[in-house]
Amino acid sequence: MAEVLQFCFSGLTVGAVYALVALGFTIIYNASDVVNFAQGEFVMLGGMVTVALAAAGMPLPVAAVAAVGVAAVVGVALHRLAIEPARGASPVGLIIITIGASIFIRGIAQVVFDKQFHKLPAFSGDTPFAVLGATILPQSLWVLGGTAAIVVGLHVFFERTLIGKAVAATAANRLAARLAGINTTSMMTLSFALAGAIGAVAGILVTPITLTSYNVGTLLALKGFAAGMLGGIGNPLGAVLGGLMLGLIEAFGAGYLSSAYKDGIAFVVILVVLFAFPRGLIGKRSAERV
Amino acid sequence: MLAVEGVVTAYGRIVALRGVSLDVSEGEIVALIGANGAGKTTLLRVISGIQPIQAGHIHFAGESIDRLAAHRRVAKGILHVPEGRQVFGPLCVEDHLRLGAYLRKDAAIAADIERLYARFPRLKKSRHRAAGNLSGGEQQMLAIGRALMGRPRLLLLDEPSMGLAPMLVDEIFDVIIDLKATGITVLLVEQNAVAALAIADRGYVIETGAIVHSGTGRVLLEDPKVRASYLGL
Ligand SMILES: Nc1ncnc2c1ncn2[C@@H]1O[C@H](COP(=O)(O)OP(=O)(O)OP(=O)(O)O)[C@@H](O)[C@H]1O
Ligand SMILES: [Mg+2]
Repeated sequence: MAEVLQFCFSGLTVGAVYALVALGFTIIYNASDVVNFAQGEFVMLGGMVTVALAAAGMPLPVAAVAAVGVAAVVGVALHRLAIEPARGASPVGLIIITIGASIFIRGIAQVVFDKQFHKLPAFSGDTPFAVLGATILPQSLWVLGGTAAIVVGLHVFFERTLIGKAVAATAANRLAARLAGINTTSMMTLSFALAGAIGAVAGILVTPITLTSYNVGTLLALKGFAAGMLGGIGNPLGAVLGGLMLGLIEAFGAGYLSSAYKDGIAFVVILVVLFAFPRGLIGKRSAERV
Repeated sequence: MLAVEGVVTAYGRIVALRGVSLDVSEGEIVALIGANGAGKTTLLRVISGIQPIQAGHIHFAGESIDRLAAHRRVAKGILHVPEGRQVFGPLCVEDHLRLGAYLRKDAAIAADIERLYARFPRLKKSRHRAAGNLSGGEQQMLAIGRALMGRPRLLLLDEPSMGLAPMLVDEIFDVIIDLKATGITVLLVEQNAVAALAIADRGYVIETGAIVHSGTGRVLLEDPKVRASYLGL
């Protein structure tokens, strides 16, 4: 029982990070139809920029906020410099552009930072809490709480603000959005900034647990993509549930089978979902995209 | 108010408009009729800025708008209700009306929404429903309502009655007549050419990307060539 709980804790913690990556995929996909495989690089940037700025003497919270800003700016640049000029390219062409961008960002990071692994101090110490015989790190609570805060924040943004509704309108019907006076290009740029910021937050929250380096983005992008597939790409709630589910599947797989298979599980999930549930496990409400 | 001069545009290699000129004066209802594929939708798209032009000029209220992005033309008061009831499926009716006023900064938005509900009681009943779940007629009313929330000076309507039951068609035409009474200028594209010309001050007939006839609604309705080729009479 304690073991099961332990796997749940670690699975949900990692899963929350996948959920945030999948949310980034979803936000960008809905607004612009682009599947952004550079999404993992935002997570890397969040961790690495915070590490670098903290090492340069900045207080951790300031460094973290700055890192989120950097990732958002990189998101904007990705849209303006790589995606927007290729408007009208095929979906596969756009995917290749995002893969190219991710290689580019990784290359820059390798030069600006280094190739080492880096750690951030846990925000509230390293003393684990005991829960029913299992333990959970305070940092895991930060990850879960931060993810929950982002989900709530996004909900408020999309449901309660006019600009959030304008992004949703752009996602639902681009032509009608333009004809309502919405600058849809700006809404797409905003989506890239938002996805960048969310990815960076994920990277900052999880770095004290998993460490970070210039190349953590690749695997995270694939895991986040698998999570998005699991939840039905384009569905924000599905992205979150898919992320948590993938984290749990990995934790239990690594625990009961072998940790050697852990990273393979995401690929098995992608394949199974593609073959068996092409619209994702959650599927999409019919009214969502008309 | 609107002056289109020698406009040319193409979709790839398909030339859709080959030098179209047309004028709409303030307060008029102008009908644009023509066969399928003649270029009616394309003409509305170049006016609202969704479709770029390759040659010619478009002036609105004395200014050249050729190079303005679509959302800037909305800010100038050009509102386009596109063909096929383009609504935001997952968003509710009220969200559509708020988004219709997206560029407005005045304080009358809430009052305008209430006025719209008074004109379209069925939208009020469905105010919190997702647009994707509304009937075709309600979606068309919503698309028009959303455009009206943008305070149009010129309203471009693309086949607003298409696919609607006869009673709803009458309702749409009533709405258009009301719009004229409130001072909104209308450029109307309609399959239902007889009904459109009957309420229009003037009309244009477009054929394979060029205007071939024009005149007052009555003159076109009585023109034997127009009657035979476009009105099916
Ligand atoms: N997206 C597009 N891509 C390529 N060709 C197009 C496109 N849209 C329209 N066309 C072509 O441009 C021409 C004019 O089309 P348009 O839609 O403006 O006609 P229409 O008069 O509105 O017709 P309908 O009565 O069927 O709505 C047609 O030959 C059509 O095939
Ligand atoms: Mg048409």
